[in-house]
Amino acid sequence: MTENLNIEVSPISRVEGHGDLVIDVKNKKVEELIMRIPESPRFFEAMLVGRNWSEPSHITSRICGICSVAHTYASIKATETAFGVKPSGQTLKLRKLIFHHECVQSNTLHVYFLAAPDFLGAGSVVPLVETHPDVVKIALRLKQTANEMVRIIGGRAVHPITTVVGGFTKIPTEEEMLKMKDMLKSTYPDLEKSLKILKTLKMPEFERETEYISLTDKKDYALYDGDIKSSDGWVIDGQQYLTKINEKVVRHSTGKHCWASRDSFLVGALARFNNNYDKLSDKAKTYAAELGLKIPCYNTFMNNFAQFVEIIHSIDDSIKLIDEIMEAGLDEDKAMADVNIKAGRGVGVVEAPRGLLIHDYTYNNEGNVLKANLIIPTNMNYANIEMDMDAYLPLIIDKSEDEIRLAMEMLIRAYDPCISCSTHFLNVKLVNK
Amino acid sequence: MSKPKVGIFGLTGCGGCQLEILNLEDQLLDLFAAIDIVHFTEAITEHSDNYDIALIEGSVATKHDLERLEHISKIAKVIVSIGACSGIGGVNCLKNLYGVEKAKELVYGDKKEWIDAIETKPIDEYVKVDYYIRGCPPNRSEIVDVIRSLIVGKIPEIPNYPVCVECKRLGNTCMYDLGKTCMGVVSRAGCGARCPSAKSGCEACRGFIDDPNVNAQKDLLAKYNLKIEDIMGMFNLYNACKKTDRKTI
Repeated sequence: MTENLNIEVSPISRVEGHGDLVIDVKNKKVEELIMRIPESPRFFEAMLVGRNWSEPSHITSRICGICSVAHTYASIKATETAFGVKPSGQTLKLRKLIFHHECVQSNTLHVYFLAAPDFLGAGSVVPLVETHPDVVKIALRLKQTANEMVRIIGGRAVHPITTVVGGFTKIPTEEEMLKMKDMLKSTYPDLEKSLKILKTLKMPEFERETEYISLTDKKDYALYDGDIKSSDGWVIDGQQYLTKINEKVVRHSTGKHCWASRDSFLVGALARFNNNYDKLSDKAKTYAAELGLKIPCYNTFMNNFAQFVEIIHSIDDSIKLIDEIMEAGLDEDKAMADVNIKAGRGVGVVEAPRGLLIHDYTYNNEGNVLKANLIIPTNMNYANIEMDMDAYLPLIIDKSEDEIRLAMEMLIRAYDPCISCSTHFLNVKLVNK
Repeated sequence: MSKPKVGIFGLTGCGGCQLEILNLEDQLLDLFAAIDIVHFTEAITEHSDNYDIALIEGSVATKHDLERLEHISKIAKVIVSIGACSGIGGVNCLKNLYGVEKAKELVYGDKKEWIDAIETKPIDEYVKVDYYIRGCPPNRSEIVDVIRSLIVGKIPEIPNYPVCVECKRLGNTCMYDLGKTCMGVVSRAGCGARCPSAKSGCEACRGFIDDPNVNAQKDLLAKYNLKIEDIMGMFNLYNACKKTDRKTI
């Protein structure tokens, strides 16, 4: 084993936001293994206090550019629950549709642009333009389709406009629905090619079983709605999240850790895959099998493949949703439900691309926010990232310093962490070794 | 002609402006070919301190942000602000309305002394900004236009007329006639009236025009029996950062 090792990666690149990795080994003893987060705190809970009910979804969307649709809907669902608003079936289907494509956009960005360069021996997507032009072009086409879907339904690709409490300010036209269906169908050849490429990538061998938490639903592969499910054997209504999901302050840290049944848990594509495999489309299941992804999967690196499998499922399910909406007939009158303001509390839980996302609002009788609590997937994952790092470092300690640095960065990147999101309340966090 | 070296940086913000650069999709490869991106943490591992043009996203909201901004401004010959947080402060300024100390206490309780947070300000409160790419998020086409102008040494044209002009061109029904409030009368256009086109009132995410017709906004509010308080929430959503020389209504 290497006697001494001192690695500092600042900042970790190809993740959203600013995080640093520090590894310090002295006389074969790990002195420090840190994922430091110097990203600025944002104070969204304070920003929301006193705001009118129509504003939180627009404000909290700005927590994160990559998952603005997820924040928008966690927020809208919290407000609708507080007021008892019942959106139409058409609205719920359109919401599921836009939700799929933020996930496709985000998963594509991560798998092809942020993670793939590691496996293809490049520092970024830029050299891949020369060495692997096919991969880059497929990724750009997929992203373009997903962004266009979000734009058609939401009014723009980042920070959607039409998505409001009660429903939609504007719904797509019939022509746009058909256009979306054509766009979706045209992605299949690219997905087929992607599968062939991904099959050649070798994920590092590393297994550490942990608790996997995600939404779950009787019918759907849950993204927009459902109950909260743990692989440790419990299911709860999202409104009761505080009975299971805890936050604690860690020594030498201003950031909070989350824990549920044990010291840490994992959220995101791999948790959804492990908990809801049977709800995936047939094609998504076939692709998973081709990639060697089976339940239960305890290898965090396989999160990259789980994200790809979810892309296939989202395309399949979106075509189904469009058919269902068209069969019922688009109806402008069903775009908005009545909103009657009243005092109360509501919790909105959704699956952001990176995992479970919770907004919890309390309103006064004028419809102004009294109190807000937001729990973000990347925060939920921090404790698990550190425990993975603790377990993984001894396995690779005989490698060169450069190899160790890259391997640890790849492990962190596999989580697709979104640090801008997580620092709405977190500033610096240190691992206690 | 050698390719201009460009650094893309994020201060306090959501990363959405950098994402919109990655979202350029069919133009992204051309962009990579036309400029040499030497710093872009969100997408590229390699980074360098050798750049001519700095594109800066995000507000200054911590001492660390300020140190980074000062460092960048010493190197870059041209500074381009990208997005609302960087250009006008954006939603980050809502923290100022609540009070920085109070916000720290609400979110961090007895650990608030650990937190590096200062009053949020747009970057031009500290450094000279050469060009602004406006909006939350900015239009992709505008990002491309500004970069293209910089490459050929032309001054980018950013509209300085209100969003109402764009609504009229597009034939949109006025938001006030739909029973909604809207900041379009005094807000800077260039977005193609994106929000009113989606039947949602303008929230002035591109800031205000240099010479806003305050009387027109007042007349409009009077016509629809609204008071200034009725649109104050919309007014300060992106524009809560006070600036001494910035004209406001």
